[in-house]
Amino acid sequence: MDGGPEKRNGGDSVLTGRTFRFGDNVSTDHIIPGRYTYLRSNLPELAKHVMEDADATFVSRVKPGDFIVGGNNFGLGSSREHAPLVIKMAGVSAILAKSVARIFFRNAINLGLPVLVCNTDGIKDGDELRVDLEAGTVTNLTGGGQLAFSRIPGVMLRILAEGGLLPYIGKHGDFNL
Amino acid sequence: MGKTLAEKILSEKSGTEARAGDIVVAQVDLGFIQDTTGPLTVRQFREAGFRKVSGSLRTAVFLDHAVPSPNRELANDHLFLREFVRDTDCFFSDVGGGISHQLVAESLARPGDLIIGSDSHTVTAGGLGAFACGMGSTDVAVIFHLGKTWLRVPESIGVSVSGQFPEVVSGKDLILHLIGLIGADGATYQSLEFGGESVSRMSVSQRLTVANMAIEAGAKVGLFPADDITQEYLAAQGRAGDYRPLFPDEDAAYVRTVAINAARLEPMVARPHTVDNVVPARELKGTKIQQVYIGTCTNGRLEDIEVAARILKGKKRHPETRLMVLPASRAVLQAAIAAGFIETLLQAGAVILPPGCGACLGLHQGVLGDGENCLTTANRNFKGRMGNSEAFVYLGSPATAAASAITGEITDPREFR
Repeated sequence: MDGGPEKRNGGDSVLTGRTFRFGDNVSTDHIIPGRYTYLRSNLPELAKHVMEDADATFVSRVKPGDFIVGGNNFGLGSSREHAPLVIKMAGVSAILAKSVARIFFRNAINLGLPVLVCNTDGIKDGDELRVDLEAGTVTNLTGGGQLAFSRIPGVMLRILAEGGLLPYIGKHGDFNL
Repeated sequence: MGKTLAEKILSEKSGTEARAGDIVVAQVDLGFIQDTTGPLTVRQFREAGFRKVSGSLRTAVFLDHAVPSPNRELANDHLFLREFVRDTDCFFSDVGGGISHQLVAESLARPGDLIIGSDSHTVTAGGLGAFACGMGSTDVAVIFHLGKTWLRVPESIGVSVSGQFPEVVSGKDLILHLIGLIGADGATYQSLEFGGESVSRMSVSQRLTVANMAIEAGAKVGLFPADDITQEYLAAQGRAGDYRPLFPDEDAAYVRTVAINAARLEPMVARPHTVDNVVPARELKGTKIQQVYIGTCTNGRLEDIEVAARILKGKKRHPETRLMVLPASRAVLQAAIAAGFIETLLQAGAVILPPGCGACLGLHQGVLGDGENCLTTANRNFKGRMGNSEAFVYLGSPATAAASAITGEITDPREFR
């Protein structure tokens, strides 16, 4: 496993899937409400409530490989890593948003879940997208057009490339910036 | 070119000339977890094969969110964390000790420290001049192992506060006003650094309130200088030796500056469901409130309880408005009892809850019913935040909360001067 940023231990560098479109300010309370805190040591049960307060039908409709698309300030609020964790458990392959709250961003990358910052205004619910992590592009296979996403900071790219922070530290033993 | 507070602290902790935008690896002084994010930290720590907690930093475990435990699952999470504490030298606060952020301020945080907690309101300790920042469970697991973490040195927004605060207007109104001004993502990835002649008179309690809500503007940290007031506070905690003065350089570079005249501030309220949805309390007159919540890591200190007790003294809560009070720590509760504030609040019809996070995050102890409105002194009003996505959460100061408890509707506390 000597892959650089181009190849992720976590998966392929080209992702294809359908979008679930959300608006601005999707908080960690929307993603996994505090009332389910008692399930945090029972992740399969906790994951049944992913995105519940944003779209209660999400969990029954999401398929492996799908994308979550947000607007501004996605993931604001609590530091609960369970938020990106249940999104990852639902099979979501990446999150796209216009801007992302910093703790959520860091948590997602630490779990090996790509978060891509780009102008999502033109992406509609149900659109089929192809994301090329290596080229840094998002192609809308339904609506047409191609977007570039902002460069992920190098340190996060290296953590992502190893599939997350624990595999990264497991391999390097330390932060090797 | 001089340095901001963020650049100064991260330069020291990384052993580099840290400038905004740099990525640094920094030594952490204090790493901590609490009972809702901590179990995942411990599982990640063990899954990674880490054996010992690093001796290079202080570590702490706080049981504060689900206290006392409302159910079997959370009681078992507490058992799990107590077992971890037995295996380590972590500072430990069990059920009833208080909220992590309050205990960090009372007992652990020092000016110039780098503090990382697995809780977004870790920023609270910025009120003492510590670079205090929330991260997730896995980041803290690695900090427990290595004693360090990576950070991007944030650009800083300089917030300069001048003028005298009007009576009953407080730090809570200041920070609500600021978030209304710059937005819930107005400081994302950046540091909010507070200064100005008003700040040099502001109590540590108020500074902690303001720093606590820096995250609600997206900030990585909310920083106050460490000055004579900080020194007095630390001395009163029996920690005079933990003090060091800390100020930004006069020629530090800020990405943006915001000037606020405190004399022009008035009691402010954030409406559902975002913290930047802020208006003066007087504009919400007539909004019925079924529950008032005074406490939390934002406003659960003695000064906050005193403000509420003064307004409620000799009065009763509105018969259709429940009044809950949660002191932020055991020390705060004891002081509030000794000062007679708790008796005053009980006579006004309050329920006194144990030190902890209570219903702030919707776990227990005051979860709202469908369609109910709550005015809380907490820091978040997101949909579903207090345990029910069909309820409505308004944020205000302890004075606004106390006044609203009497009238049963959102009330400008200046009506009770």
